[in-house]
Amino acid sequence: MEINARQEKNATVITVQGRIDAVTAPEFENYLSNLIAKGDRNFIVNLGALEYISSAGLRSILATAKRLKAEQGDIRFSGLQGPVEEVFKISGFYSIFKIFESDASALDNA
Amino acid sequence: MEALSKIRVPAKLDHLHALIDIVSNCAKEQGLSGKRINEIEIATEEALVNIFRYAYQGREGDVEISCMAEHGRTFIVRIVDAGTPFNPLSVSEPDTTLDIGERQIGGVGVFLIRKLMDNVMYGREGDNNILELVVNIEA
Repeated sequence: MEINARQEKNATVITVQGRIDAVTAPEFENYLSNLIAKGDRNFIVNLGALEYISSAGLRSILATAKRLKAEQGDIRFSGLQGPVEEVFKISGFYSIFKIFESDASALDNA
Repeated sequence: MEALSKIRVPAKLDHLHALIDIVSNCAKEQGLSGKRINEIEIATEEALVNIFRYAYQGREGDVEISCMAEHGRTFIVRIVDAGTPFNPLSVSEPDTTLDIGERQIGGVGVFLIRKLMDNVMYGREGDNNILELVVNIEA
């Protein structure tokens, strides 16, 4: 798994590559936790290059979203495709989160 | 039915990637699509992580995983542990319609197994939990 962050005008855009599984999910959650601790509140997570996500990954996303909700923050997703999109749909994450085709459209709706 | 591949290791998260790789290679050899292999990997991870976390309740124990193909029609991942009796099929489904605030963290793993696999079978034989994840091989 590889995570990168860039700062846009009204959001932090995170890109995740590789796999979020039971081994790597804590690292993903910690990465976002550190950014929240530094004061970031609005996130766009681009999953276009993510090959795999299991329930451990969903759990880390949900925990982060709950924390952001309590801090009046927001988390949106872009670039969902393939198996990751399928897992989002099955688990109901597709309807509980704000999903956009691209970072640009997610930023427009920030 | 003869196993195409079989391995027995301590039931610890450290072994997850090695176990997933074995199952994945097995599925690849059977000609399953990338999409199906991904689904098999997820279901296998969910089943294994449950065993790592709950089966032995602090005690040491092993997990054995094997893959099999039946008449070229079905691909089966068989997972055996000697932990506390646990039938994943008895877990109630999470409410996937709740919003972020109300949504519960647990229960999604077993739900993914059931949704992604064509069939799931659980049995208790002696001291062992035996879980079989089954996918149909498309001609």
